[in-house]
Amino acid sequence: MEYLKKYPKLFQWIFLLVVFFALCFAIDVPETYKFIRGQAEFVKDPNQSVYFFLGKEVRYYAFDVFWRLPPLLGWLPIWINDSLFFLMNEWMPMEFWNEDTQEFKTRPLLLEISRNLTSFMTFLIELIREILLGGLETIVAFTSWDFIDAYPWLELPGLPWTIVAAGATILAYKLSGIGLALFAGLTMVYISIFGQWKPSMQTLSFILVAVPLSFVFGISLGIAAYKSKRVENALYPILLVMQTMPQYAVLVPALVLFGVGDHAAVIITMVVAVPPMILLTVLGLRAVPPEVIEAGRMSGCTNWQLMTKVLIPTARRDILIGVNQVIMVCFSMAVISAFIGAKGLGFNLLLALNQLNIGLALEAGLCISLIAILLDKMSLAWANQQQDYFGNLTFFQRNKNIIFFGGSIIVGAILAYIGTFIFKDTFNYLFEVPHNKGFSTADFWNKGVDWIFDTFFVYIKAFNTWLITEVLQPMRALYLRMPAVATLVLAVGAGYLIGGIRSALVVAALTLFIALSPWWDRALVTLYMATFGVVVSCLIGFTVGTLCFQNKKSAAFMLGVCDIFQTFPSFVYLIPVMMLFGITDTSVLIAVIVYATIPATRYTIEGLRSVPAGLHEAATMSGVNKFQRLTKIEFPLAFPHMMLGINQTIVFALFMVIIGAFIGTEDLGQYILKALSDKNGAGIGLTLGICVAFIGLIFDNLIRTWVEKRKKHLGIA
Amino acid sequence: MSETVIKCESVYKIFGENAKKMLEESNGNVDAKTFQENGCIVGVNNASFEVAKGEMLVVMGLSGSGKSTLLRCISRLTDATGGKIFIEGQDLLHLNNKELIELRRNKMGMVFQSFALLPHKTVVENIAFPLQIKGIKTEDSISRAMEMVKLVGLDGRENYFPRELSGGQQQRVGIARSLAVEPDIWFLDEPFSALDPLIRKEMQDEFLRLQEKLQKTIMFITHDFDEALKLADRIAIMKDGIIEQLDTPANIVLNPATEYVRKFTEEVPREKVLVIEDVMDSSNKDNLGDVKVSKDDIIENVAEKILTQEKIVGVVDSNNNIIGSIKPSTIIDTVFGGRKNSS
Repeated sequence: MEYLKKYPKLFQWIFLLVVFFALCFAIDVPETYKFIRGQAEFVKDPNQSVYFFLGKEVRYYAFDVFWRLPPLLGWLPIWINDSLFFLMNEWMPMEFWNEDTQEFKTRPLLLEISRNLTSFMTFLIELIREILLGGLETIVAFTSWDFIDAYPWLELPGLPWTIVAAGATILAYKLSGIGLALFAGLTMVYISIFGQWKPSMQTLSFILVAVPLSFVFGISLGIAAYKSKRVENALYPILLVMQTMPQYAVLVPALVLFGVGDHAAVIITMVVAVPPMILLTVLGLRAVPPEVIEAGRMSGCTNWQLMTKVLIPTARRDILIGVNQVIMVCFSMAVISAFIGAKGLGFNLLLALNQLNIGLALEAGLCISLIAILLDKMSLAWANQQQDYFGNLTFFQRNKNIIFFGGSIIVGAILAYIGTFIFKDTFNYLFEVPHNKGFSTADFWNKGVDWIFDTFFVYIKAFNTWLITEVLQPMRALYLRMPAVATLVLAVGAGYLIGGIRSALVVAALTLFIALSPWWDRALVTLYMATFGVVVSCLIGFTVGTLCFQNKKSAAFMLGVCDIFQTFPSFVYLIPVMMLFGITDTSVLIAVIVYATIPATRYTIEGLRSVPAGLHEAATMSGVNKFQRLTKIEFPLAFPHMMLGINQTIVFALFMVIIGAFIGTEDLGQYILKALSDKNGAGIGLTLGICVAFIGLIFDNLIRTWVEKRKKHLGIA
Repeated sequence: MSETVIKCESVYKIFGENAKKMLEESNGNVDAKTFQENGCIVGVNNASFEVAKGEMLVVMGLSGSGKSTLLRCISRLTDATGGKIFIEGQDLLHLNNKELIELRRNKMGMVFQSFALLPHKTVVENIAFPLQIKGIKTEDSISRAMEMVKLVGLDGRENYFPRELSGGQQQRVGIARSLAVEPDIWFLDEPFSALDPLIRKEMQDEFLRLQEKLQKTIMFITHDFDEALKLADRIAIMKDGIIEQLDTPANIVLNPATEYVRKFTEEVPREKVLVIEDVMDSSNKDNLGDVKVSKDDIIENVAEKILTQEKIVGVVDSNNNIIGSIKPSTIIDTVFGGRKNSS
């Protein structure tokens, strides 16, 4: 009784767990139950139950509601599909002038908007692509096909790779200096001589459209949300869901709205990349000290000047993190959107992965990562640029970069021209090294993989078998064995104990949505993989983070490593694990662990760093040793921040688990992948995406609530 | 006094939703307690005063007394709830946005407690900022800013970023920035409060030197009574949004209007604040010795001279006319705190 009074929370938790397990044991698995089978798949079976909602027929296998809730939301995907179809094809027909046929034509409004948006995006991408690679669509866009037939010399020739490489190097030099210039130059040369030029430039043209557009939209919406509470309240829930929604899931509706191709990829990339930009813009603007704003006002700033010259530059740090996120997401999407027909490195990467050609995949992945890091560093340097007012510069000094670039254009063009003579019978290597005609290390890597596989086959296989049979399968079975009601009780109970009635309600709503969707079993599988990944990631992340924190240099080094790893598009992580473990759950899980360890490590180091120096000194003066200081002072204080790391880890893990469907897992991701090739997939894809997002949000809500309470308790809010 | 630059007529600032309505209903009789019960907080309560050209008015009060709010009303960083404010005859509260911006660009400068420098700009860029906002060419604004850099003694650091400077140096930048447009009116919101005592004293002296040269009309906010005494032509002491007393430093020390004001004056070393004129006997001009002191001398500086005299010491004005006398005993009275005053 005394203990009960002393630790009431502890006993409440124990009570909750007891109830949970009691329910698990009390509710039996129905005899006819087949795990994982979708309860509302579209096969007709006389054993199925049927209900109608909003005129939609939903068929499902009914079971004891304590075991599995009936898919009362089964109509949702169908309904979303029908609504989309209606909006696109029937809603608000209007007269539009058609240039080609020179007459008015009736078209639904949304279709017309989508078409216009599509052609606009296509134009932008083609413009950049043709400057880099050559082509005639841009000229055609302004004139006509007949015109280009009459004047074929108007076709854009494209820049020789030497000029682009020189341009990138000079730009990097101007922005940051010799170091970045060297990196830019080497990256470009690498891309070229390894025969990845064309796909890289295709990806680059996609990125150069997607990043600025996402940035502009993100920052504008962020400013709108900063200025108006109403806008913020409207945006916030959408942003929250978008942040935890796997990028895959957004692909499917985009397919319906915008079709297949680069333009759709850009639009979808914006949908994914804009939310973090908005959030970080608002965060940054909110953090601008009021006196700085007043100083701006007293200097006589107009509202526009105040925003552009005071607020945004002062909030630069957070906004830059936003830009970094945008770039990261864009590259990640550059790969994923290959599923809906975006050209470039992503397509090659997917193709190579599909053929299990690890070497090729590795080369493409490396190109993507290198370009990503280069752009990231350049954008950072651009924002930190400084102007020199006092240097007394000559004309040459002031314009040397332009002069050098002009020079390199001339030299590059001459080289390309000479090239036509040297390489008369083959490709003009001084103009463009064609795909697969450069050096390739693919064979080397493939041989290396083969060697590793041959040499360590026994061990890898043994490890793989052990992991799957001894750990993963039992864990999976346990998760699937959870009755719906027990899971609900556990989730709601946890919500109540952590955040009171409000949290309990939110968690209940989110869990119910998943439980009432037709994919509860699959959600459990997703959850099991994510849990496994998160637990291992956190263990590794906390250990590595704590060890690195012991030394200032190693901590800074580790944060740098995290930065670089974070710049890799998520798909790249699949390459090495597939090398070693082939197409199994183990591969996915290891990719999940590698990917999700990044935030775990980062937040551990940051959390430990945020412990005030005064406390360190106080602790040292009380005579603690290193271990005591860690366990008694640093961990308790850093823990709230580390929990935010766990939050991120969960989101990262969920993303990777879903991407893992590409390798073949039996979770929600597999269905999302399936939905991509399904005519009616939009609704299914979106609903599945929301399910995954909600899994993330359940943990997000619980963790955030706990952290806020804890921080308040510790007085470090 | 010469022409009035800032003029406030019963200015009120009340925070809260129904502030305006409640103020109208109260007929100018604002009671902080009743307002608070209705969810309104009184920031400034019926402030009326004038500041003349070239005068330095120091507003002194503890935190929460409404002094910063008053300053923000007058610079219109926040809109006063009631009353009238005139800046050089212009009705401030009726200026539209464009006129307000013009006024700030040309007439006003402000210095902030936390310096409020733009973190992404260097020293010289920060100082040039108000000029560039006005639309002055980069070259001209930078060269003007360089003059300001020299004025505040930061030469050689013009390309530093604020984060690379000490607090005192940062505030010098803040001061230079506020003066870059050559404003007539200079607002300083606790400019030295965030600085170390030694630096603070140095900055105060520097500030007096600048003011001697520039002769701006100044409103200076501080919570430090000594600072107020040192700098002010006149001091306004605020408490709970109300101006308790507005007078010259000497009069405040000698005749505190309320108990609250008196508490501040108790610890003040009078000999450092008062000048001879404040304590001299203007009726007695006879039987004087050879030694004379000026009426504007601070007592501390001439005390020794007076105390070593046997005879009564004469007091002269700037034209060397005798206007009164002072006994050594008066000095002793003043220094050792007799409550007896003789002004």
